[in-house]
Amino acid sequence: MLEMVLITLIKVLVVVVAVLTGCAYSTYMERKVLGRLQNRIGPSYAGPFGLLQPLADGLKLIFKEDIVPSNVERITFALAPMIAFIPALLSFAVIPFSSDFELFGYHITGMLSDLNIGILFIFAVTSLGVYGIVLAGWSSGSKYSLLGGLRATAQMISYEVAYGLSIIGVILIANTLSMRELVAIQEGITNWIIWKQPFGFLLYITAAIAETNRAPFDLPEAESELVAGYHTEYSSMRFSMFFIGEYANMLAVASVGTTLFFGGWNGPFLPPVLWFVIKVVAFMFCYIWLRATFPRLRYDQLMNFGWKVLFPLALLNTMVTAAWVML
Amino acid sequence: MTLDMFIFVFSAIVAVFGATMMISQRNPVAAVLYLIVSLVAQAVLYVQLGSVFMGAVLIIVYAGAILVLFVFVIMMLNLRGKEDLGDNSPPISRATKYIISMLMVAEFVFIVHGSVFSGPGGGMLEAETVAGFGSVEGIAKLLFTRYLYPFELTSILLLSAVVGAVVMAKRREIHEQSDSGSVSIDNDSNEGVK
Repeated sequence: MLEMVLITLIKVLVVVVAVLTGCAYSTYMERKVLGRLQNRIGPSYAGPFGLLQPLADGLKLIFKEDIVPSNVERITFALAPMIAFIPALLSFAVIPFSSDFELFGYHITGMLSDLNIGILFIFAVTSLGVYGIVLAGWSSGSKYSLLGGLRATAQMISYEVAYGLSIIGVILIANTLSMRELVAIQEGITNWIIWKQPFGFLLYITAAIAETNRAPFDLPEAESELVAGYHTEYSSMRFSMFFIGEYANMLAVASVGTTLFFGGWNGPFLPPVLWFVIKVVAFMFCYIWLRATFPRLRYDQLMNFGWKVLFPLALLNTMVTAAWVML
Repeated sequence: MTLDMFIFVFSAIVAVFGATMMISQRNPVAAVLYLIVSLVAQAVLYVQLGSVFMGAVLIIVYAGAILVLFVFVIMMLNLRGKEDLGDNSPPISRATKYIISMLMVAEFVFIVHGSVFSGPGGGMLEAETVAGFGSVEGIAKLLFTRYLYPFELTSILLLSAVVGAVVMAKRREIHEQSDSGSVSIDNDSNEGVK
């Protein structure tokens, strides 16, 4: 009993540290790749190839003064970054990182908890993440923040519908909500669900980018109109918590996409956990690539696209898949 | 105290605490936050009863969607708890709200006492303790066989409500002679931010 608790605690620690390191190095990857795509070289001074840049950034942010403007709602202002940050981390509780393995004679499962509604759990916790942004916008007492928060609410509610519908095709084919079983049925590259649901995948990635407020759907923090949107008034570690939350959300979306469409940790030769990391990194690269390629949408275009294009297409995909599964 | 009992008591206390704080808050945003706390605790109770799906749906639908809309409306109107919250209402309407809430409490006590605690197996509990009850498969089977017509009727009701809401919103827009359907925020609603 005690051993089981200890193993679980160690696993939680490993996953949290891995995710936070992943977030830190996602910023490095983003700056490096974005730099190359814009014909620059990106960070290169701190350490070899600029590899220590995330560490330098983190240290800098910790030592910055934590400014709290005078007309904020203090409690909500302090809570908002945490609310933005925690749900993003929670979704990693049900993501399978690796196959089961033996270590020092103990049987260790490759995920923290195998819920039989794993995918619903992820949608439940990520749907709470919007409160962080909304409350930050509301409590800051600044017009830019408020507008950023309002935009975020409308955007995330609109795209959550398409986001949820885009994975129903996968669930219909897989006939399960458990993340472990989803990986199990996708053994071998020909069994990846992406081949059966290419359209569903396009819907998923589009809605997911909008859900995580990334370019070209980053209206809540559009710097050309809203300074920095909902986190305009934040500084120091509180500011960086929003950023860690955003990157953790991107990682979560990439991990879920990997598990749902690309066979999770399945792959030949290399250890499973490495395959998982490779697939997630490829996903993150697409995120950055899209950011460097597309200009930001206008707000009414964003809403129109969400409700009049993405939502009907997601419904259509669900219906066609259901009919196909029935036949 | 077993772990199960501890989780139950803890989440029950949190749920009731959240609900109480929610109705006693002046600040509407704080009230919504307490409601979310209460909902999460209720979801834990569902999970503990073996109805994992209901727990997840409670969070997705209520905490993740409906309450976000509440917060959205509060932010649009920029309520900050200074508004008239019924203190100046006539005594008769104040008395009415207490009477109605008392009646509701009495009704709940009556229902819970009559159904859950009566009988050897505990009333309602024994009827539905079938295999897979509360799981996704169990709910889906009941929903699409025994309760198919109520389920479909509910969805038609919701659809007509949506259409009604759109019609009413459109009608007001014509009266105000505004030109587009996009959301606009007028300057008055942001006065409190300055």
